[in-house]
Amino acid sequence: MSVYKDAGHLFRFAGLFILAFLVFLVVRHFVVPKSFGQYGHYRGAAIGEIGALPVKFAGHQTCESCHTDVLDVKKNGKHAHVNCEACHGALEKHAEDPASVTPVLPDTAVLCARCHTASAAKPKDFPQVDPAEHANGVPCQTCHNPHSPAIDAGGTK
Amino acid sequence: MSGVEGYMYPNEITLYWSVLIVLYPYITGLVAGAFILASLERVFRVEAVKPTYRLALLTALAFLLVAPLPLVLHLGHPFRSPEMYFTPHSTSAMAMFGYVYLWYLMAVLVLEIWLDYRREIVLMSQSSKGLLRLLYKIMTLGSSNISERSLHLDERVGWIVTLVGIPSAFLLHGYVGFIFGSIKANPWWNSPLIPVVFIFSAMVSGIAGVMLLYMAITKLRKEKIDMRCVDTTAMYMFYIFIIDFSLEMLDLVHRIYEADESFRSLDFMVHTKLYFSQIVLQIGLGTVLPLVLLFLVQVVKLPEIARKYMYVISGCLALIGVLAMRWNVVIGGQLFSKSFLGYTTYKMSLVTREGLLMAIGLTLLPLLFLWILVKLLPPWPERSLPEAATGD
Amino acid sequence: MNITRRQLLILLPAAAVAWESVLASTPEASPNYKMSEHWWGMLIDIPKCIGCGNCVRACQTENNVPDGHFRTWVERYHRTDWPMTESGEITSNPLISPDVISPDGGKEGFPVATDTEGRYFFVPKMCNHCADSPCTQVCPVGATFISPDGVVLVDQTYCLGCAYCVQACPYGCRYIHPEKKVADKCTLCYHRITKGLTTACCEACPTGARQLVDLKDPKDPIHEFLKTHSVQVLKPEMATGAKAFYNGLDGSVR
Repeated sequence: MSVYKDAGHLFRFAGLFILAFLVFLVVRHFVVPKSFGQYGHYRGAAIGEIGALPVKFAGHQTCESCHTDVLDVKKNGKHAHVNCEACHGALEKHAEDPASVTPVLPDTAVLCARCHTASAAKPKDFPQVDPAEHANGVPCQTCHNPHSPAIDAGGTK
Repeated sequence: MSGVEGYMYPNEITLYWSVLIVLYPYITGLVAGAFILASLERVFRVEAVKPTYRLALLTALAFLLVAPLPLVLHLGHPFRSPEMYFTPHSTSAMAMFGYVYLWYLMAVLVLEIWLDYRREIVLMSQSSKGLLRLLYKIMTLGSSNISERSLHLDERVGWIVTLVGIPSAFLLHGYVGFIFGSIKANPWWNSPLIPVVFIFSAMVSGIAGVMLLYMAITKLRKEKIDMRCVDTTAMYMFYIFIIDFSLEMLDLVHRIYEADESFRSLDFMVHTKLYFSQIVLQIGLGTVLPLVLLFLVQVVKLPEIARKYMYVISGCLALIGVLAMRWNVVIGGQLFSKSFLGYTTYKMSLVTREGLLMAIGLTLLPLLFLWILVKLLPPWPERSLPEAATGD
Repeated sequence: MNITRRQLLILLPAAAVAWESVLASTPEASPNYKMSEHWWGMLIDIPKCIGCGNCVRACQTENNVPDGHFRTWVERYHRTDWPMTESGEITSNPLISPDVISPDGGKEGFPVATDTEGRYFFVPKMCNHCADSPCTQVCPVGATFISPDGVVLVDQTYCLGCAYCVQACPYGCRYIHPEKKVADKCTLCYHRITKGLTTACCEACPTGARQLVDLKDPKDPIHEFLKTHSVQVLKPEMATGAKAFYNGLDGSVR
């Protein structure tokens, strides 16, 4: 037993360690978020938080539930699979309160050109023109109905 | 896009790991290396390097205290860093940091220094005045027992601590190498050799650092440099340097030989963007030249003054070379695109949180800590308080 | 260890309270959505992509993506012929060194291509929501993870901003948000798909080049497509279990 008399300082050092460890355990209990580890090594509540972020694009089903007239024109034309907000922008706010938010019609000079400007890079069978030569400054919607743009299909205005 | 050649994925253009991340492995490398030098005497009974023993331990502690700073300063949310203690992710090498650091600091370094200095601490707690007396008293943990028996116990326990400290030092620095070496996404880093190269270059830098500090401090104290000590230290540095160089060359030759998908892109990068830091600084001036100088000392009988110069020059070059190696790994790994089609530039800022001035400050801070430690716990028993004992 | 009755009397109610709060803080995103019934991915149909950049803009709008950073982007590849010198020497391999551009991530589309030689195609890129994700593996604190329904997400209130995940992603899809200072990336519009909507990029794509897919839904037509067509993932040698599937992917795509 006498060896312990001369090892007092070592026990104090070890004691400090053990004390620090216990304090750590207590603090940890209060600090680690409650949902941590629920599904894996992460805060389970994060999933719900990310899922609750605000939606900006309403989605075409929402638009079509009101604008059935447009849908009737669109569904048989070349733009059948082009969703409303692809051209009209994010409109969830309008869908929530149609009267208070009026969507601004897009500028076709910029909008149509993005997809339809001819480029050697685009697929050969994709309809593309040189906007300057093709229209000579005339707005696209003068001849093309954006909702059913093909001219020979009776889509002109 | 300024600074970009060829094609980089759009999110790759900014470098996220800055010069501070270059510093961190450099600093922990110095810690590990200094500790290995100390263990040479304590465990392997290389009695010749005894004069550097205490200095090596204090150097290791001074640098270890600074080591977390570059990491914390680099984080987007430094105050969330305790999360690494509370919820460490077992699959992440980085998560190890908190625990390995604490273990090494408290259970190895502080414990060993305390055990080695305990007698002096108790004596100074009785002889000094004021705040210093309080500080020493706290350091005694309330025990003033410095009997033969207790000191002998300290010696035995200290030996075990040093023994455990050697693999701990390898872990402290090896895991950093693994942080890089385990990233399959980055071919410049992805290699099982990286942790090993990191450890050996760390030993070179640590031994070089302590050797230079010993020579500088001894000179400032107007004492005589123990040449047997310095010669032996330099010899160990030489042999470890050879192993380090061989490993780095193995990695290089292996890459060139296999020439995998990433090779052309990396090869181009080394010849252009990394030319100065890799070929000139790391390999040429930082490895080959000091190796040649140290080799000369081993084979040619040179007078003391010539040897001193050789050691100082090769020590400084080695320190620069190892820093360059860290730079080439960390920064180099982010300069090329993972598409292997382009390169970006590292725009190091000057006065921001991760800028050059901060990096310089963090490199000098350990020397300040060392100065304080040397004053508090003098490494050499002949004089209780050495004169202005600063570093370089 | 021995728990005394007194200790149990304190522990049990405490445990009950804790369990309540665990349950309460993890709501499913909507009442009908069960995470275990879904395993999300995306199909990207290369021949259909015209490089209009709608997806990049829509993603930025939907998710407030900061300028200069990209949760999704489009690359334009130009693979030319094997170049031969006058003396008949082939000097490079277009399959390993194609011309690639992505001006501002393709956000405003691409400049008109004038060189009619060679093969052009557009490659939309995004987070691959890897099933064996190397990025979630390296997160030191558990701030990024794969959800039970297969979406790799970042818990931005927990992330330290250490950028280890950014380094570990082989596809370059992550970045550190310049203001929030945490890791950020494509969330597969988790807030939309859990409500029965599709992702913003798929919604905005005019040609159907991007389509969400639920690998647990046998009635999903895209799921059917994946079963019956040749599809690939990016960097298959990395074995990341990537769930962004490409139809018509050229060998030169990095």
